[in-house]
Amino acid sequence: MSSKTVNELNWMIGGAQGSGVDLSASAFARSCVLAGLWVYGTREYYSNIKGLHSYFEIRTSGRQIRSKVEGVDLLATFDAETLVRHADAVTPGGGIIYDPALSQTPIEKVDTLYKDEIKQIQGRLAQQGLGSDANAILEEAKRRGVKLFAVPFSSLIQEIAKRLETSELTKVNRTVNVLAVSVSLALLGLDRRFMDESVHQAFSASRKQKLVDMNLAAVERAYGYAKEKFGEGGLEVGLVPIQSGPRMFVVGNQAVALGKMAGGCRLQTYYPITPASDESEFLEAHENFALKEGATKDGKGSVVVVQTEDEIAAITMAVGGALAGARAATSTSGPGFSLMTEGMGWAGMNEVPVVITLYSRGGPSTGMPTRTEQGDLKFALNASHGESPRIVVCSGDMEECFYDAFRAMNYAERYQLPVIHLVDKGLANSNMTILPPDPSMIDIERGKLILDGGAKDGEYRRFAHSEDGISPRAVLGLSGYRFWNTGDEHDELGHINENPENRIRMMKKRMTKLETADREIPESEKVSFYPAKGHPDVTLVSWGSSKGAILEGMALLEARGIKAEFLQIRLASPFPAQAVRERISRGGLVIDIEQNYTAQMAAVIAEKTQIGIRNKIVKFNGRPISRDEIYESVRQVVSKPEANERVVLTHGA
Amino acid sequence: MALKLADVRTDLHNDWCSGCGDFGIEASLQMALTEMSVDIHRVVIFSGIGCHGKIAHWTNTFGIHTLHGRTLPFAQGAKLANPGLEVIAIGGDGDGYGIGAGHFVHSGRRNLDMTYIVHDNGVYGLTKGQASPTQRLGEQTKSLPQPNINSAVNPIMLALAAGYTFIARSYAFDNRHLKETIKRAVAHRGMALVDVLQPCPTYNDIETKAFYSGEDRPDPATHRPAPRCYDIEKSGYNPLITKEMTPEDVDKKTLEVIKISNEWGDRIPIGVFYQNGNVPTYEDRIMGRIPTYLEQPPAKQVIQLQDRKSAADLPRLWKELTIGS
Repeated sequence: MSSKTVNELNWMIGGAQGSGVDLSASAFARSCVLAGLWVYGTREYYSNIKGLHSYFEIRTSGRQIRSKVEGVDLLATFDAETLVRHADAVTPGGGIIYDPALSQTPIEKVDTLYKDEIKQIQGRLAQQGLGSDANAILEEAKRRGVKLFAVPFSSLIQEIAKRLETSELTKVNRTVNVLAVSVSLALLGLDRRFMDESVHQAFSASRKQKLVDMNLAAVERAYGYAKEKFGEGGLEVGLVPIQSGPRMFVVGNQAVALGKMAGGCRLQTYYPITPASDESEFLEAHENFALKEGATKDGKGSVVVVQTEDEIAAITMAVGGALAGARAATSTSGPGFSLMTEGMGWAGMNEVPVVITLYSRGGPSTGMPTRTEQGDLKFALNASHGESPRIVVCSGDMEECFYDAFRAMNYAERYQLPVIHLVDKGLANSNMTILPPDPSMIDIERGKLILDGGAKDGEYRRFAHSEDGISPRAVLGLSGYRFWNTGDEHDELGHINENPENRIRMMKKRMTKLETADREIPESEKVSFYPAKGHPDVTLVSWGSSKGAILEGMALLEARGIKAEFLQIRLASPFPAQAVRERISRGGLVIDIEQNYTAQMAAVIAEKTQIGIRNKIVKFNGRPISRDEIYESVRQVVSKPEANERVVLTHGA
Repeated sequence: MALKLADVRTDLHNDWCSGCGDFGIEASLQMALTEMSVDIHRVVIFSGIGCHGKIAHWTNTFGIHTLHGRTLPFAQGAKLANPGLEVIAIGGDGDGYGIGAGHFVHSGRRNLDMTYIVHDNGVYGLTKGQASPTQRLGEQTKSLPQPNINSAVNPIMLALAAGYTFIARSYAFDNRHLKETIKRAVAHRGMALVDVLQPCPTYNDIETKAFYSGEDRPDPATHRPAPRCYDIEKSGYNPLITKEMTPEDVDKKTLEVIKISNEWGDRIPIGVFYQNGNVPTYEDRIMGRIPTYLEQPPAKQVIQLQDRKSAADLPRLWKELTIGS
């Protein structure tokens, strides 16, 4: 017992998509959070509705965690595919829960495996003199010191059905998820009441008492079975409840949605696309919300969410709403953003405040719709023809998703331009416990918005020149402030004008706004710097969802005597050239870390600072970067920088 | 205060070709604006890309000259954000029935309370005369190297299928009819289409002003040209769908719309083909979900408190996302 690692483990569950695996994962995570623990969960799935394999990893800890790790301490399976795919990820001393009825399954019969994957696995087993079925996989794990826990799910399900006196076996069959989670928690030594509560919370929304009862019966049976058969279980990891305050358990999409609501977004348009739509659906589900006391008489707020016919309509409708004075946003992923570029250019030309949340996924083309990638940075920076200003914000974690979504609404109105909020799938679909963010940290800043009338028709010039490039902005319908807009080059009134002198002034006006933004936005919103303890051996430069893995990897590196500092770039446009230059021009080893093929941020840094970063660590297999990959790869580069100019990370199933 | 035509016109130089049907549409629209009892400060004209697009600049209201084919989503966004606006979207036939056809269809499905006027001349004027979606199969207007290889779309039938609740056609140089039709379209509660036939004196040498006025076919009795356009409502046709009508009655009317809208050649129907005020508007449908929508639409909401902090009471909202206490 004394050698047990308490409250620091990685649990995995897998199964066919649509079979309730997502529910099991959230039940496990919720139980941990109820026990006062912190969690970080990732979700990997195929672009498919039912049948293809999906899996979840839930990492839990007694302290706040923010990244994925390598190695699984306990793998819960109830189908052959999960066992075959993931058994080799379980660390020695860890455990596998499996259904003995499936152990004879030949690997080639798992028909949702790609043919090349079957060959890889069979080859691996043959090298060890093992057969070619699920048993061989179990034997392989056992030889490595993994403990095996046989759970005959179908007989447990029959027992439950008998106890509940129900003949609806198909419904009881669904409790397999809860059984697997409960056996896991029992093996980890977590008191049953947390799982009971978790089940209550998960199923009470359905208002079906039968469903709650059935699953509670499953929890009870699973805990009982685990105790009878496995006793203490003998795992080297365990869970113990701790004291803690309230925590939010959020998915990245939700953090963005909440940030938008706090930031005053009242019109959101979207066209369905993975992995962006969840955000809009969350907003729609919460379209009516309360306002603080004193805001209005009735205290009622709302956001109108419109599902459009395509992304062209999504962006142009949001722009139309913004012209009328609403804080408006849209949300999409790479393919949809490709369609939005013309509308975005129009917004740039007409100085319309609009926010585009761009959830980056594996590209190009359809690419890997459900997998993560940071391949859209340069696209966001250069999207749309011609040259038009835009602000590009890159979030690195859930808290930043919230605050950046809020600030994006502010930037858009203050500088009267499109703001692209870049979030990658690795954040969008991951869930994590955080301290509830505090919206009062940020003021709502509407910039030069004209709120009251009073002008006489003919006096107002929408695009009046000013030193900072920003003109007083009226909205449609405001008496006395008639204006015109056009995608053509225009004069101060907004009428078409191709006079070369006017062109020069107008181009300068629009682009000057970026200089103004660069001057006004505080450095704390442009970059985050995490110093090393002592003189740094290496400076890590990155952006987006790599943040969590880097911060946790740094701690591991430090334990091994490598002092790393980390510069996180949060604003990609206007680019904080000065701040970045200062950090990377001191002559020490610098490594650029990104989840794309070409190291796009390094290229942007070179363009903006004239400093080339020689060493790069990249990952583009669609799977998120892990803490351990950072640790290993940075160590590799630090040990021999000249031999490791480009390291490609490959982990992930 | 009654508005004069000069009040709703800007003093910019109008660069349309002389004799263009656009002038007739512009004049009718502006006359309609002076005659309607609408607060001119609430009127917003949206236009697309093509010759028609400049109408937003020639008219002295809020004028938003958008992108090719995207007039409707821009206009709907503004209307959704502030339903108090009087939104008139204007497009061209290439713009609205070609590149923007998707938006045309989906605007019908939503049925927002707004108006869509389409300049329909059978050609892409501004790019020098290519065939537009309303040019008929086998026609060869002036600048086509070969006869048109595509069939024409029927905007009336397309609008009907898409769910427009007011569907009309008029003719650019029949000022009185066009002006009255625009006024009726604006007054209609729901999504209204006014398809306006117009000559393009530069590129369409088939459907010319002379063609529409029937100069090639004098009346045998008077020897004067017999115009091709005839007003269906003056010929006894009633476009109204009423609450009292049975589904069979509605089907019958629908078939009639299809039949009349297919007429072309010597007799070209104009007038209101279809009007149904009983379909809930998109605004009504939002009200069903957000009861405060019309009083506090997105553009009118209070988003910040006196101290500039967010007005949204989020802690109350995120209770459901919070675990522990």
